Amino acid sequence: MKTDGAEVLTRTLTEDEAAILDAWNTSLREGSSLQSGRIREAELKTQAKAVFGQLQDALGAGGLDADGTGFVPLRESLADISRSRAIQGFTPTDTANFVFSLKEPIFEALKRASGTDATSLAAGIWAAGKVLDRLGLQTMEVFLASREEVIGRQGQEIAELSTPVVRLWDGILALPLIGTLDSARTGVVMENLLQAIVDEEAEIAIIDITGVPTVDTLVAQHLLKTVAAARLMGADCIVSGIRPQIAQTMVHLGVELNVVSKATLADAFAVALRRTGRKVVRQQASTEGRG
Amino acid sequence: MDRIPILKLGGVLIVTIQVDMHDRLALALEEDLTAMIARTGARGVLLEISALEIVDSFIGRMLVSIAAVSRVLDAETVVAGMRPAVAITLVELGLELTGIRTALNVERGMALIQARISEEDDGHGSDRDRHED
Repeated sequence: MKTDGAEVLTRTLTEDEAAILDAWNTSLREGSSLQSGRIREAELKTQAKAVFGQLQDALGAGGLDADGTGFVPLRESLADISRSRAIQGFTPTDTANFVFSLKEPIFEALKRASGTDATSLAAGIWAAGKVLDRLGLQTMEVFLASREEVIGRQGQEIAELSTPVVRLWDGILALPLIGTLDSARTGVVMENLLQAIVDEEAEIAIIDITGVPTVDTLVAQHLLKTVAAARLMGADCIVSGIRPQIAQTMVHLGVELNVVSKATLADAFAVALRRTGRKVVRQQASTEGRG
Repeated sequence: MDRIPILKLGGVLIVTIQVDMHDRLALALEEDLTAMIARTGARGVLLEISALEIVDSFIGRMLVSIAAVSRVLDAETVVAGMRPAVAITLVELGLELTGIRTALNVERGMALIQARISEEDDGHGSDRDRHED
């Protein structure tokens, strides 16, 4: 007679539930996820109990096909668990171990239940391995997807944060660039700047590159493109904040920025004011008062 | 065939492009404009392109050549009101329109041309440097 692994497994899980859960909790407690302090023991225990219950239901309803409909509730709660772990900063190993650490207790229980019946033991182990491996892999997939999501969102946030266009005065805009300029960022920067030029009817845009760590030929090219596009719109650009080392590197590399450049944002602003026919003067009173 | 109207206002010719430029239209404009500059002795050409949404390399080159021809005939070309998307496209195409003056809108463009005309009339035409820092 052919022994049905699913049946052996389901029976063992039902009959030996308490022992398996106990062993699983012990092994989870010893695992590193608890020791890292990111999750409390009670929470871990609740999760384990819920997952175990759903595993029993799923095995009872849908057999061994972990991708089948019977496993939907279990897959969803595992997905929730791994998503929250990804956000809490667990390692992939910790996350996967949550499922894989259930193997040993189940195998032990199967051994106890089967006694000397090797066929039934093998069938049960095979069934448990198949289901748990698949579930573990799914946990990993969700974990990775959540991580990617987090990374993508962070990247987007950084990109948004680092390309503000600031209005310094009527018709004078400043674009303080921070971080490395690559093609994608240059595109965003350029669009933001040009739109701001239209919105503010700006005559002069100051591009401040104090926060740009290195300027190589590519970055210079991106800068020049931005300057050229702004010029086409009818606005002049001033580049400011080129640090001494960067100026040296640029000259050594043979990078030429054929634009008006000033040492600091303040200098550039002064030039911009002068060009728009304005002037900053010190008030007489404060000159006397403060020397 | 459609033609783009050219308006004369004082010594300045004003062209507003409000339709999609296609190549023949662009060529016709260049021809008309050249003839008009020669006939009227205009000192400035204002190309208003705020309604222009699509440019290709041909239109970009046409702008450059209009400016070059006008310069030969002693008229300054100012391109006004270019849209951001158009500016980005031209830069990506490698057409930076060097030698063409640009302005954000018609008002500023007219101011640029007037400034140039009055400068030359004052007899300082030979050294005009607009950024005297």
